[in-house]
Amino acid sequence: MKKTTNRYVGSPVKRNEDRALLTGRGLFVDDIDLPDMLHAAVLRSPNAHARIVGIDVAGALERDGVVAVITADDLGDFWQTVPLVVPPPPIDGLVFNKRTQVPLAKDKVRHVGEAVALVVAESRYVAEDALNDIVVDYEPLAVAADLEKAAAGDAPRVHDDVAGNVAAHVHQVKGDYGAVAGRAAKVIRRRFVYEHGMAQPMETRGVVAQWDAKAGRLCVWATTQAPTSLRNGLADLLGLNAVQVRVIAPFVGGGFGSKLLMYYPEELLVPWAAIKLGCSVKWIEDRGEHFLATTQERGQIHDAEIALAADGKILGIKDVFLHDTGAYNPYGLTVPINSQCQILGPYVVPNYDSTFTAVFTNKPIVAPYRGAGRQHGVFVIERLLDIAARELGIDRTEIRRRNFIPPDAFPFGNEIIFQDFAPLTYDSGDYAPILDRLLEMIDYRRFVSEEQPKLRAQGKRVGIGVVCYIEGTGIGPYEGAKVQIQANGRVCVTTGIGTQGQSHYTSFAQIAADHLGVNVENVDVITGDTDQFYWGAGTFASRGAVVAGNAVNEAAEAVHQKILRVAAEHFGCGEDKLVVEDGQVSVAGEPGNAIGLGDLAKKANPMRGAVQPGVEPGLEATRYFGPASGTTASGAHAMIVEVDPETMMVDIKKYVVVHDCGAVINPLVVEGQIHGGVAQGIGNAFFEQLLFDDQGQLLNATLVDYLIPTSLDIPHMTLDHTVTPSTTNRMGIKGVGEAGAIPVGPLFAQAVEDALDLPSKGVDILEIPLSPNRLWELNQTTRPDH
Amino acid sequence: MIEGLFTVTTSVNGTPYTRVVEPRLLLSDFLRHELGLTGTHVGCEHGVCGACTILFDGLPMRSCLMFAPQAHGHEIVTVEGLAADGDRLHPLQEAFRDAHGLQCGFCTPGILMTMKAFLDENPSPNEAEIRQALSGNLCRCTGYQHIVEAVTLAATRIAGRGPKS
Repeated sequence: MKKTTNRYVGSPVKRNEDRALLTGRGLFVDDIDLPDMLHAAVLRSPNAHARIVGIDVAGALERDGVVAVITADDLGDFWQTVPLVVPPPPIDGLVFNKRTQVPLAKDKVRHVGEAVALVVAESRYVAEDALNDIVVDYEPLAVAADLEKAAAGDAPRVHDDVAGNVAAHVHQVKGDYGAVAGRAAKVIRRRFVYEHGMAQPMETRGVVAQWDAKAGRLCVWATTQAPTSLRNGLADLLGLNAVQVRVIAPFVGGGFGSKLLMYYPEELLVPWAAIKLGCSVKWIEDRGEHFLATTQERGQIHDAEIALAADGKILGIKDVFLHDTGAYNPYGLTVPINSQCQILGPYVVPNYDSTFTAVFTNKPIVAPYRGAGRQHGVFVIERLLDIAARELGIDRTEIRRRNFIPPDAFPFGNEIIFQDFAPLTYDSGDYAPILDRLLEMIDYRRFVSEEQPKLRAQGKRVGIGVVCYIEGTGIGPYEGAKVQIQANGRVCVTTGIGTQGQSHYTSFAQIAADHLGVNVENVDVITGDTDQFYWGAGTFASRGAVVAGNAVNEAAEAVHQKILRVAAEHFGCGEDKLVVEDGQVSVAGEPGNAIGLGDLAKKANPMRGAVQPGVEPGLEATRYFGPASGTTASGAHAMIVEVDPETMMVDIKKYVVVHDCGAVINPLVVEGQIHGGVAQGIGNAFFEQLLFDDQGQLLNATLVDYLIPTSLDIPHMTLDHTVTPSTTNRMGIKGVGEAGAIPVGPLFAQAVEDALDLPSKGVDILEIPLSPNRLWELNQTTRPDH
Repeated sequence: MIEGLFTVTTSVNGTPYTRVVEPRLLLSDFLRHELGLTGTHVGCEHGVCGACTILFDGLPMRSCLMFAPQAHGHEIVTVEGLAADGDRLHPLQEAFRDAHGLQCGFCTPGILMTMKAFLDENPSPNEAEIRQALSGNLCRCTGYQHIVEAVTLAATRIAGRGPKS
């Protein structure tokens, strides 16, 4: 019989992984303790740009307990620029200057925190002591720290052979902006500056490597979001077969993109040292290092203009922007391409002309952090619409509604190329009901017409914000899953993606449990161990549930079919007479006539008698899912704020989210993802800023100075959702991991601007992050023509 | 005793331990790497994130800001000692599972220990009080909302006023 109901998918199932995590038994990388394990520490550059004249490690080697000090010269052929992780998309006329990092700097350092030497010692304490014994002779060079200055022709060169520090130049066009701008009723131009911050997962990075010389096998535990890709890369770079290398990403304490970049120097050096020294080696990043040695997202500067008809309909958008890519660009163009595509939002933009230049600077590497450039893009379009609404005398929610892509226009093609190399296409969506529901929940009309005037009359600075967004999720290339009934009747789901808190141990179990008629707690999900599953790409781009989830769905379906085949033979009846539930197969109408799934699995793996040709043993199936293009989620956020006129602190009175991530696997998990995303968005909007000086020094590299929002800064959020099933996968699901974080910047700007009534003084908020100081300054400003 | 080393005798989760350590050994490293109690996590090593919070003579303390010798003669409870026995979760742990109060789980041990001490002192807190008590612990995954709900649920259950899971 076919599966007819979903017992688990769609329900708020409690998580399978929680028991281990709540009792302190979950294994994280720093929990690994191997016999004779040595400990590593990394010497990092204190300069943003300098030539290395000499390195003297003699003092460090004399220290008791130091086993080895490794510099670039010790690495031999292993020293090379690392491979590019993501190549640039196939866009006509694209310029891309690949400059990737090295395991240890040799001639020159290009950002503060760049790895210069590795000390291996008997304890971490001794290894850190020995860092101070190493003498590096640096010849400081002029620094290209500021994005705009770095892009100027006479700026110091981060890479001697790259003129103008141009990491990439990309021009994408849809329609003909020039043709419509001239006949627009309104053209609005602004300069937008958007800085994103750091992911700052609560667990820093770490690597443990063990080399078994007799077996010729390397085992690496790493806090990576992409264990399979790391395994492939390590094998390549170390000259090993991929099957000689096992990478395990156990429980990982948050990632949000920052643990995605492959070939972090430590990911290469620690395994290399383990092989050379014949010992296990452990390296755990400390928080200070994390600020400089882990990837960040940072700034873009957009010069954007929008052309509109008198009724507020968008005729076209033109945008030129600079993107700070840091000292190297191993992650290709994912971040700025996302920004470029995101500007189109949920709106019909018939004409679009977008150019960006990615610029090398003497700052840490920029790579995706939750949202991955989308924040920058959504800020530009949402702010342009806010200003347009004001200038055209249209309500800000109405101008959005008028421009929404209508529900009958899907799939909607935006022509330009997205980060997954496919033309940007929205598979499905229905945006007006989201906005309607949002406005109803926050009681927009009443707030604007009654509440706000009343409170303002009392001297209160209250404001409201409403923004909309889409998010391309669930991109390829593919993921796979193996579903296997164990002889004990439990179900194993194995996939390669790795997990950092996304509840995969539960979501994937829900999918399999529904197909196989077992209790969700009897499904063990194994993920992030390359010896358990060979293939995969990783957890990023809101793709885990969509891509791996669909692979699990198909594999579980195949196992269900095999259960029916084997059971039909066992019972000597037709498959249509069988019921698969409660962990067993029974014959309909014959309650006693049943066999447990474990026993059935044993029958499918006999010790004698032939397994028929063309039939695989056991109750097991492996399937892969590779979508041709991503699937587009959407949503809208609204907030009501009150700004204290003395301190300029912002009190978020109400926060409402309506989102559409297609079919939902686990509503509790989806809620949690959105809550966490919004919290990071609020941090980005008002608390978190990486402050570099003109010498490329990060001035606030502690959690005392870089402010991660606390429970007092994040408001209670009210959520609702709509469902427009994805058309690119059979489960109809869309990703949700990044959605909460994406639209908070423009929302915050709009609400605070409204609260302070800045437009009446001719002041627009055109930048994120804000801060109390910055709001104070903006509030003191009056544009001369006002 | 070797010169410069300290003998530390301390009770952790009711079990007495004696170890000879360097005076500079952080208490967090002592718990994790000397005693193998890796449930206590280290997030920042500068006393901000609160992941390493333990109960020190019943009070929540940041073990990354203490040296192991300071624990001599004191009683420590870590997340491993929170549940009365191995299989039955403490009501706080149970409520965190029920309310989806954790995602990656890295900050969770420190939050559980902080909230344990908080509920001991204030068994029926309101949301504002919970948020205040929680504000010294950073969580990057949850946005805190489900944590606040979990603590509320736990308080209700401990007081015997609410639904069991």
